Amino acid sequence: MTSGEPLLSSSDPLSAPPPNPLSRISSLGCLCPNASFSSSIFEDTPNDLFDVNEGENLFSAVDKALREGNLEYCSPLKSSFCSAESQILQQFPLKCPPQDRKRMVSWGGSMELQQNSLAFGISGGSSHDPENKSQRIRHKSMQIDDNLSHEENPRLIYVNDPRTTNDKYEFTGNEIRTSKYTLINFLPKNLFIQFHRVAYLYFLAIAALNQLPPLAVFGRTVSLFPLLFVLCVTAIKDGYEDWRRHRSDQNENNREALVLQSGKFQFKKWKKIWAGEVVKICADDTIPCDMVLLGTSDPSGIAYIQTMNLDGESNLKTRYARQETTSMVFEGGTVSGLIRCEQPNRNIYEFTANMEMKGKRFPLSQSNIILRGCQLKNTEWVVGVVVYAGQETKAMLNSAMSPSKRSRLESYMNRETLWLSVFLFTMCLVVALGMGLWLQCHKDRLDSLPYYRKTYFGGRSAGKSYKFYGIPMETFFSFLSSIIVFQIMIPISLYITMELVRLGQSYFMIGDKHMYDSSTDSRFQCRSLNINEDLGQIRYVFSDKTGTLTENKMEFRKASVHGKNYGSSVLMSDTSQDTNITVSRTAAPVGKNRWKLKSEVPVDSELMAFLRKELAGDERIAAHEFFLTLTTCNTVIPILTRSLSSSCMDSEFYEDAEAVDYQGESPDEQALVAAASAYGYTLFERTSGHVVIDVNGEKLRFPNDSVKVLVKGADTSILSILKRDAAEDGHIRHATQSHLNEYSSEGLRTLVIASRDLTDAELEEWQCMYEDASTSLTDRSIKLCQTAALIECNLQLIGATGIEDKLQEGVPEAIESLRQAGIKVWVLTGDKQETAISIGLSCKLLTSNMQQIIINGTSEEECRNLLSDAKAKYGVRTSSCRNWNLKWKRNAESHYLEIPNDTKLSNVPMGFSEKEEGTMSTELALIIDGNSLVYILEKDLESELFDLATSCKVVLCCRVAPLQKAGIVDLIKSRTDDMTLAIGDGANDVSMIQMADVGVGICGQEGRQAVMASDFAMGQFRFLKRLLLVHGHWNYQRVGYLVLYNFYRNAVFVLMLFWYILSTAFSTTSALTDWSSVFYSVIYTSVPTIVVGILDKDLSHKTLLEYPKLYGAGHRQESYNMYLFWITMIDTLWQSLVLFYIPVFTYRESTIDIWSMGSLWTISVVILVNMHLAMDIQRWLLLTHAAVWGSIIITYACVVVLDSIPRFPNYGTIYHLAKSPTYWLSILLIICLALLPRFIFKVLHQTFWPSDIQIAREAEILRKRPNHVQSKPDQSSS
Amino acid sequence: MMNSNAPSSSSGAAASTDSSAPRRNSKRPKYSRFTQQELPACKPILTPRWVISAFMLVSIVFIPIGVASLFASRDVVEIVNRYETDCIPQPSRSDKVKYIQSSEDKTCNRTLRVPKHMKQPIYVYYQLDNFYQNHRRYVKSRSDEQLKNSNSESDTSSCKPEGTIANGSSIVPCGLIAWSLFNDTYSFSRNNQQLTVNKKGISWKSDREHKFGKDVYPKNFQNGAIRGGANLTTSIALSEQEDLIVWMRTAALPTFRKLYGKIEVDLQENEIIEVTLQNNYNTYSFNGKKKLVLSTTTWLGGKNDFLGIAYLTVGGLCFFLAMAFTIVYLVKPRRLGDPSYLSWNRNPGGH
Repeated sequence: MTSGEPLLSSSDPLSAPPPNPLSRISSLGCLCPNASFSSSIFEDTPNDLFDVNEGENLFSAVDKALREGNLEYCSPLKSSFCSAESQILQQFPLKCPPQDRKRMVSWGGSMELQQNSLAFGISGGSSHDPENKSQRIRHKSMQIDDNLSHEENPRLIYVNDPRTTNDKYEFTGNEIRTSKYTLINFLPKNLFIQFHRVAYLYFLAIAALNQLPPLAVFGRTVSLFPLLFVLCVTAIKDGYEDWRRHRSDQNENNREALVLQSGKFQFKKWKKIWAGEVVKICADDTIPCDMVLLGTSDPSGIAYIQTMNLDGESNLKTRYARQETTSMVFEGGTVSGLIRCEQPNRNIYEFTANMEMKGKRFPLSQSNIILRGCQLKNTEWVVGVVVYAGQETKAMLNSAMSPSKRSRLESYMNRETLWLSVFLFTMCLVVALGMGLWLQCHKDRLDSLPYYRKTYFGGRSAGKSYKFYGIPMETFFSFLSSIIVFQIMIPISLYITMELVRLGQSYFMIGDKHMYDSSTDSRFQCRSLNINEDLGQIRYVFSDKTGTLTENKMEFRKASVHGKNYGSSVLMSDTSQDTNITVSRTAAPVGKNRWKLKSEVPVDSELMAFLRKELAGDERIAAHEFFLTLTTCNTVIPILTRSLSSSCMDSEFYEDAEAVDYQGESPDEQALVAAASAYGYTLFERTSGHVVIDVNGEKLRFPNDSVKVLVKGADTSILSILKRDAAEDGHIRHATQSHLNEYSSEGLRTLVIASRDLTDAELEEWQCMYEDASTSLTDRSIKLCQTAALIECNLQLIGATGIEDKLQEGVPEAIESLRQAGIKVWVLTGDKQETAISIGLSCKLLTSNMQQIIINGTSEEECRNLLSDAKAKYGVRTSSCRNWNLKWKRNAESHYLEIPNDTKLSNVPMGFSEKEEGTMSTELALIIDGNSLVYILEKDLESELFDLATSCKVVLCCRVAPLQKAGIVDLIKSRTDDMTLAIGDGANDVSMIQMADVGVGICGQEGRQAVMASDFAMGQFRFLKRLLLVHGHWNYQRVGYLVLYNFYRNAVFVLMLFWYILSTAFSTTSALTDWSSVFYSVIYTSVPTIVVGILDKDLSHKTLLEYPKLYGAGHRQESYNMYLFWITMIDTLWQSLVLFYIPVFTYRESTIDIWSMGSLWTISVVILVNMHLAMDIQRWLLLTHAAVWGSIIITYACVVVLDSIPRFPNYGTIYHLAKSPTYWLSILLIICLALLPRFIFKVLHQTFWPSDIQIAREAEILRKRPNHVQSKPDQSSS
Repeated sequence: MMNSNAPSSSSGAAASTDSSAPRRNSKRPKYSRFTQQELPACKPILTPRWVISAFMLVSIVFIPIGVASLFASRDVVEIVNRYETDCIPQPSRSDKVKYIQSSEDKTCNRTLRVPKHMKQPIYVYYQLDNFYQNHRRYVKSRSDEQLKNSNSESDTSSCKPEGTIANGSSIVPCGLIAWSLFNDTYSFSRNNQQLTVNKKGISWKSDREHKFGKDVYPKNFQNGAIRGGANLTTSIALSEQEDLIVWMRTAALPTFRKLYGKIEVDLQENEIIEVTLQNNYNTYSFNGKKKLVLSTTTWLGGKNDFLGIAYLTVGGLCFFLAMAFTIVYLVKPRRLGDPSYLSWNRNPGGH
């Protein structure tokens, strides 16, 4: 091993990149621990950032936070390797609530504490010498005590002493209850929960009104029917779900685990486990509660767990038992001790505690705890002590749902509902006033009117008023009772209908085979059922880059070692051969196991050959260290699987080769380790204490005899902490930097690798500080930051790596389609500017003829100047005329879109880009970096940025922090009415996904945080095209029509009743029977709306995908707007008048009785409403036919049944009516006359002002007709 | 790709976890035309031919119906005689209510001239105006249980304020509707020869048989302080009281006719019919008109031109529209599905 002779002398400080506290390491961006902040703390963030930027002290610590550094330090004799990565959870010292620090790098961070103490032991002499270690630790326990005393109210767990543990505190047992109800409280609680919905309260209020004697419009039971119906259905559904929860709870609670009872491990039911008990878990078992590991089957105390149930990530994670306890468990002794830990919280990525055992105290962190719901894998058994049980486990605390969003259309709908309320109020007022006036006019004669008797004439109560409370009261009651009669004017059932329709739509979206991703076996997922129709109106798409546009399957492409570039000569064709040669060569001479990688990595033969050389010379040593860093400086775990034949082609050679699979959370790290393995540096064992690397067949075990700090990280952070005085190595630095630029311009993700030798004194000093920092219960992460900064300085540059992140399939096409559809795609990435631009180019986001405006200022002033310069140069209007500008720009944009590209439809050649004013003739692309955004988003520059950004076709934000992503989304959301969609795959996109109107998660490599937070989740970015253009369009059309139709359907009915009431002396009589009134919206007309809302579609998916511009219908709000609403209401008015007056005129001066009239109206309105729907249905399926015609038939059936009950006054009506031709003729006349204006309007509209959708529909249908048979197989195969 | 059922799958699977080979429990959506929303469907569009034929169809159907209805309506011979004022002696006209509530003899003689030959059966109606039989208080004031069952005699809760007499025993039939039963009577004579008015079968058969009980007899009816209308013979079961049954089918509109009886002989043109009527019913308290109507019927019912005119209007309008659209399509045809009409293809410089 080399001594640390300087490989790189200090470089010119000015050439170092400016401090960049915001930037995230490109390669580790996805791993960034503080991936999501809640927006509540957003406002504080930038201030902190400024502090950080100005404070020199903090700056280095912050930088540290931005990367992971590996430390290798060794004592002269005993080697100890420690990959203590600076576990710094935050990019900046920002007090963020624990639950927001979502994705801490679990093993990176977690290993460090464990290893640290281990290092002490090792440096003292023997690797397993707890005595010695404990001595040294005891020295520090005083300080730790102080730390602990600060922690208020820690939880005390006495290991293996559940009685003492539970004596003092009322900890919950391990029994869980996810069910909401018990048998006793089901009814009251369920009702209570149900009545939280406003709709139900409305129902209840109406029903209650109806119970008042003066108001009893409907029969009392009838009026309760709708409410009872809905309540019962919901209660049954809830009850069933709860019963299932009960059952699963019971299963869960009755599972058994091995618990240490009277010295032996015995089976005990889960629900009887208490905090403080010692539990043993065997391989593949589920962990019953949150436990601190005491020991595992592995002597070094490693356990592998799968956290699939917790966060959905399927890779294995390592957890460690403390060395102190491991040995005790191994020796078979009973462990006893005291654990002080924080109170239960829901942050699954953090655990702060310490343990006191035999007078020693040592820290416990997240790496020492295994959580309920996880599974033990690859480990024979573990023993742990329960710290949190039952409801207090982190898994249970985390089972809350994210808040739901409301769709745009629904909020518009609520606005129109307000109008309907105004109508309702007016109508009630008219009736009430009419009643009052009528009573006033007939005041003297009220007792002599045969049809209005004010007083009892005979009987005991003769002379008393009968249901008469004076004219003002009667007026008021009349108002109330007309509310009861007109109640369905407010379409409460619409909310239920919409829920059902969205459910159906989601069913089809989920079932769409074009949105199934076979590589990850994931379907489309609808996680939110409220915003389906918003998908049809998206104007801005904010996309993450890594894992969203790209596959996030990293491949090692290029390396710069000691200023020399490798990897350019790699040929894809002979990669596998190369690998095999490598492997066989490394393996053959030694005759040991041959390592076979699961993935094959292309190898640069030059570098390969160079590595074969003897280990001498600066460059060779640098290369060695380079690969050592790649291999060791990470959190990847090698998993060895002995396989009979590892590969088909070389099965004979590799009969008993061992296959190495690298599992890790970071795809970058996996790629680096895999690459290093291909170059002969195979990582094959990693424990808490050491790392074993197979270097060309020779096994190296670290730690060995030197102390070295190996660091890898983003260029900006590493380059700034390099040693600055080694002038002779300046050329390496320059060469490396030029390589870095080259890599990033090719779209590669870059990492810089550096090292430093440490002296023993330095190590000692650092260890003390580190120990102190790592055992503190408060501000641990900040302290660790500061500690890490101590040794992560004066580094020597070794080299850099370039990793390729391939574009996902179909991304350029999808982006192109979205752009044609008038959707602006903004890319927000943590990558470097050059990388972002190159990816932008490769996914056709940027084109070469675009004017690129690049904003990367380092001060507020600079940003302001850059922005105003750009605005001046490209003629962007200022915010004073922004609204106008927006409109104008939007027009301009849509004009731009008209330039025919490849669309078959655009056969009218035009070049009107010239027609536009000069300012708009060039397409603009805005590229802005996170550093500038700090200044811009905070200050008044926001509006400037908005002006500029909205006038650009493309906006690319690079080096943005997660919160800034949300900030940019908010910028658009708060300043425009446009719908925004955010798509991302990683935890760093969570804030953006939650901020946007629609959040889409990609089930990718980076776990499921994004999916959990999203409204929709899918496997690939390209599905977005189909989701928006096809399903979004359909859903929007359907729901838009559904809402209007429901307004119409209820209003026409209510208006019909209203006209009749005017001719009954305002007495709120309904000619319809009570049951028919109630059934109208429940049975007679509900099914067709739902069926049409789910199944109707105006255009086939082929057409929609072919002409993305059809998506503009959603932008123009063509399916639902104020204009349509008012047109519909006028139509409704006409239809209700026809409905009312045709029978009135037909049966004028005839013997018609009220029930016959009512029956005629019932049937007419149902047929009319269904015919209205039928006229608008664009696609008749068998199901549609059944629903529409079936509804009419069912209505008739119901009427017949209701008229066959002698108890009702309307007995026999329909039989009598059906015999008369007048009845049938009236119905026919009503239908035709009522629908005539609508039909004419429709025909005129389609003849003279056809909409795009209409034309496309005609084209689609007419084109298909001649070759109908041929087109069918096409359709099914596509 | 790796074959999932190959014997070496253990190693194979290990070597290619990323393999996209379909797994057995794949979540791939099952293909069906239903889930892919590709079911065979009829997709109507409004082609010109379609539009024109729709309008033509409507006009072809409506015009004949309209003509037929008009003819039917014209065939009906109707004699209407309004008598509520004329039947009050001149001196009493200043206080009609007082007159109608007095116990004077209210016989009144009217003469009707038959304008056209009237074929039997000739229906005799009385028509009331401004009588809100559809008033909520009125409509609800009845007990269907009581009408049907002799056992539910005391079921008068819904009949208020006309449920019981002073001593608390129930009225049968109870309620305002029955109480206000119409009690004008008409007798017709032609050339001093009595014309029999058949009062059987004027009500609905279903009502007679199932709604009004055969063993329910009037009780305490019109015993109260104020008489509302006709009295009922207590010895006749309700199912036989057809005037009541007709009356209890409350009218839908404030102007209504009720069947009084049928004259089952033809009346010749220009014959003079003498009507002797008892003007008993008090419509004067609400300024209601009373009319006596004699009318024949056709398949369409009584005399009403509305349906015919409406059908002719709609039919004619549709015919006109059909013509208009034909002209429009001939003069300014729009090729269906022509992409040049798409909004992004229309020339923006044109305006």
